[in-house]
Amino acid sequence: MNAIFQQIVTPALIVGGVGLLFGIILAYSAKTFAVKIDERITRVKAVLPGVNCGACGQTGCESFAEAAVAGRVKPDGCPVGGAAVGAKVAAILGLEVTNTAAFVARVACGGLNGCSSQKFAYEGMRSCTAAAALHNGPKACPFGCLGFGDCVSACPFQAIVIVDGVAKIFEENCKACEKCVVTCPKKLISMVPKEKNFLVNCKSTQRGPVVKKNCDVGCIGCGKCVKACPQQAITVANNLARIDPQLCINCGDCVAVCPTNSIVDVTAPVVLRRRA
Amino acid sequence: MIATMIHQVVVTILTAILVENLVLSKFLGMCPFLGVTQKTSTAAGMGVAVTFVVVVTAGLAWILNVTLLVPNKMEYLQTMTYILIIAALVQFVETVVRKFIPPLYKALGIYLPLITTNCAVLGVPLLNTAKNYDLGMSLVYSFGAGAGFTLALILFSGVRERMDRADIPATLKGIPSALFAATLVSMSFFGFQGLFAQ
Repeated sequence: MNAIFQQIVTPALIVGGVGLLFGIILAYSAKTFAVKIDERITRVKAVLPGVNCGACGQTGCESFAEAAVAGRVKPDGCPVGGAAVGAKVAAILGLEVTNTAAFVARVACGGLNGCSSQKFAYEGMRSCTAAAALHNGPKACPFGCLGFGDCVSACPFQAIVIVDGVAKIFEENCKACEKCVVTCPKKLISMVPKEKNFLVNCKSTQRGPVVKKNCDVGCIGCGKCVKACPQQAITVANNLARIDPQLCINCGDCVAVCPTNSIVDVTAPVVLRRRA
Repeated sequence: MIATMIHQVVVTILTAILVENLVLSKFLGMCPFLGVTQKTSTAAGMGVAVTFVVVVTAGLAWILNVTLLVPNKMEYLQTMTYILIIAALVQFVETVVRKFIPPLYKALGIYLPLITTNCAVLGVPLLNTAKNYDLGMSLVYSFGAGAGFTLALILFSGVRERMDRADIPATLKGIPSALFAATLVSMSFFGFQGLFAQ
């Protein structure tokens, strides 16, 4: 009887006791050291797209949810979800939605194959960054789109394709995450308000004659658009016209006067002009 | 006196790291060795987490062994009670770290639950008991073992990062080549056998 007690009950008591002790400690510590997680964070996270693209400036959707609940970012700060998600987040947080204009990425280069000349035949890596490192790339214009598609692979939403050697953005797919803006070695892509239709399709700050030699559709800084614009929305600096999206009223007078067709209506179909 | 102690500590740590490397000589903890070594950063994170847990577990296990198991002649319960300690301790550490050191929790977060089922953590207290170490030496040996584990993981992750980019036959890509590499890395550690006279 005593032996059975020794062999079975004591070990069971020891292991059971140790287990019970740890159980009590864990239960106690779970209560004392509990971290309160704001349940709004979980709810905000649920309505976010959940692609963790980082376009909002946070590290991911979870950090955005935390920041939104803490009031560090606006509820409609998610560029991917846009206004729809913004409204849902604002509803969870009990806030008013402040209407911010939708932005879209646009490429400022019209130098399609045949419009712009090449200074050498490039045979290297099919990457804009690599090509740009070699004498500014094969394009005669040092500002032109190289067309190897670094932005295409950077885009998480398949919104970019290369058409005739220049990146083209499908604006209905663009979520304004700015991944392409960062990737482009020529800094050709910028975020502009979606409802403005007119774009200076060039980034060259070279003087007019040089631009003319390199490309058929480059901005030569002639200033005709500046005079034509009824809103004084256009300025020319460094031989390059710039439209202020805040002042632009979408009238299109600038397109009509531009001698090189470097100001374009983004809603119009692309016209390919062959170099003579 | 102090000189011999320091000598003993240094030899024990080096033995644990090189001669009796947990992963490469004792073949404990093979799962994280192959599982989290795709990137050096995750390998280092796992290594640090394991080292921390191993040291604390070894201390608790020693106390429990000496006060409870040995006096009752129940050494055969060591494996069971040690597992109990590990499971409870990992849970406890997770709760405490989450409350007081959130950045550390974010860094270690995914590795802590993995450690519960890591046989290296169980192996070290059992080795300590088998070697009849006192409390101080147990802690020293556990720290060495954890450091050895970290070293093995970081070394191997370096090898794997290189292999990912290497042009190897398609059949050997991934796990097969990783197993080959593990064998070679392990063989290289056998060169440390007999480094210190036992």
